[in-house]
Amino acid sequence: MTYTAPIPSDPRSWDLATSAKLAKSLVAGQVLADLAEEDERIVVLTADLMYSNRTSDFAERHPDRFINVGIAEQNMVTMAAGMATFGYVPYVSTFASFIGLLCAEQIRTDLAYPGLPVRVLAHHAGISLGYYGTSHHATEDISIMRSIAGLKAIGPCDAASAAKALRATVDEPGPIYFRLGRGRDPDVYEPDDPRFEVGRVARLREGDDLTIVANGITVHAALQAAEALAADGIEAAVLDAHTFRPFDGETVVEYVGRSKRLLVAEEHNVQGGIASLCVEAIGEAGLGPVQIERIGMPPDEYALIGPPYNLYQHYGMDGAGIERRARRMLEVAA
Amino acid sequence: MSSTERRAEGAAREAYPQVTVPEEKVREVVERARLIRKETVRLIGIAKSGHYSSVYSCAEILAALYSGVMRLSDDPEWPQRDRLVLSKGHVAVGVYPLLAERGYLDREVLDGYTRVGNPLGDHPDMRRVPGIDFSSGSLGHGLSITVGMAKAARMRGYDEVRIWALLGDQELNEGQIWEAAQAAGHFGLGNLIAIVDRNTMGLDGDTEEVMAVEPIGEKFRACGWRVSEIDGHDPRAVIETLTAVGQAGGDRPHCVVARTVKGKGVAYMERARTWHLGYLAPPDAEATLKEIEAR
Repeated sequence: MTYTAPIPSDPRSWDLATSAKLAKSLVAGQVLADLAEEDERIVVLTADLMYSNRTSDFAERHPDRFINVGIAEQNMVTMAAGMATFGYVPYVSTFASFIGLLCAEQIRTDLAYPGLPVRVLAHHAGISLGYYGTSHHATEDISIMRSIAGLKAIGPCDAASAAKALRATVDEPGPIYFRLGRGRDPDVYEPDDPRFEVGRVARLREGDDLTIVANGITVHAALQAAEALAADGIEAAVLDAHTFRPFDGETVVEYVGRSKRLLVAEEHNVQGGIASLCVEAIGEAGLGPVQIERIGMPPDEYALIGPPYNLYQHYGMDGAGIERRARRMLEVAA
Repeated sequence: MSSTERRAEGAAREAYPQVTVPEEKVREVVERARLIRKETVRLIGIAKSGHYSSVYSCAEILAALYSGVMRLSDDPEWPQRDRLVLSKGHVAVGVYPLLAERGYLDREVLDGYTRVGNPLGDHPDMRRVPGIDFSSGSLGHGLSITVGMAKAARMRGYDEVRIWALLGDQELNEGQIWEAAQAAGHFGLGNLIAIVDRNTMGLDGDTEEVMAVEPIGEKFRACGWRVSEIDGHDPRAVIETLTAVGQAGGDRPHCVVARTVKGKGVAYMERARTWHLGYLAPPDAEATLKEIEAR
């Protein structure tokens, strides 16, 4: 007997196309399609994920400069390197786990070592793929990318900053790793926001009691936490450490020098990521005693199964979690 | 159509038009291959370790490529030049002398091979060495590089430009090779030619014992490539086949399986696993040079 599934009619039902539309901050396809109108060097490659990462927006407008390589990520990265030697500026895109981790050697050896202008769009970074599980998570990629000589690495937290970062770096002569979210990230910046400048830590909120350094999904959460703390008279500075290579340690040192308290929140293993970068900068500056706390994936854990936002709650990466940790640091009850 | 007819048609599609080169061209390949073998002895003598036998199996191939098969000019950066990617990057020591011969490299640079600060290392660096089209060394990457180059050349409308890849045979174990092979077939890159130096040996011994690579031709055919086979040490066969394949173009990438002998040209190195990496002390180097000269 053949089972025939009923035709879905519940309005909450959605398909792949609807899902892709929800990913409003996956703007790379659109932004690159606009840039490509004027710039013939831009080509976009993906690995059988054009609808998930919305590079389909580019494919529709520039089919001749769009290449789907199938599920062959290493070939995609290395192919892009070959194309770059002919004057193209290729953007290669797939899940962060399948490029930042799987293709780490290709990024190092074929892009960074020869210094070629290939851009890696590593989307759905961190644990943002939730219950898809650890195979689809990337909580080690900041650590890997930050040690690759000649590479720039930027993790914009929303659509406006992603668009600005993409536009600002088209003419960069070397490779760039863009660490992007799931596409449903809340807005932090205005379009073309002057606070966001590639290479500089963004100062989003002032405060001398505590310095919160965030990256990606935790930036919005840190701002929420800072608002809640302000209600109790606690003034927390919020810094968006989007560019992690090169890292603007100077700005972090400037703030931590005043607050003497640093709380870092990142969607990454707490070892080797943004927290490590901050601690190195503070240590090198000889700041003296600083109270430091780290929020992120615990050093020896892979994430639980669950929807992304539940996981953020569980690991304290949401607004409430950051607020809770801040209160503990300052010994102020909620 | 019967299966016999289909096979006959398949064979006809595989066959390349016959190209005949003059005798002096064949002699040029022989002499250039001799230069490669001799300079390899001299340069590895400076480094005090290197890949003699891997160079020797592809000496005639490299010699032919640089004897008019590849479209080159006095300017190593000429955009319309053919590209060569040494996927088996450890044969760079056999290519550097040819780059010096072409005037891309100064003699003093060649003579400082592998010494501190010199641009010439065991594996080639495109940013340091004029005439090297891509940095290589990590096996398995080279074919993907050339797929990107061939695709880009097509997109740019550089119809005269051919992209050449020199692959090792044990290297065909790498998964990325087959990602690239299927992509080249899928994109119909008739401007791409991959030469497999089928010297039958990896570092640890016979390829078919270490990790089998055969049937090489059938694997490439299955990915949509045209495949031909040659004796990789017959200078006439090498230059005529590479010339014919290079002129073929079309909508299928080309694979030339060159049957070769690892260490070819120096009797005690031939098929000797221990000579994948080695060093010849001055008296041995002298005797070896004499043997190369006499052949």
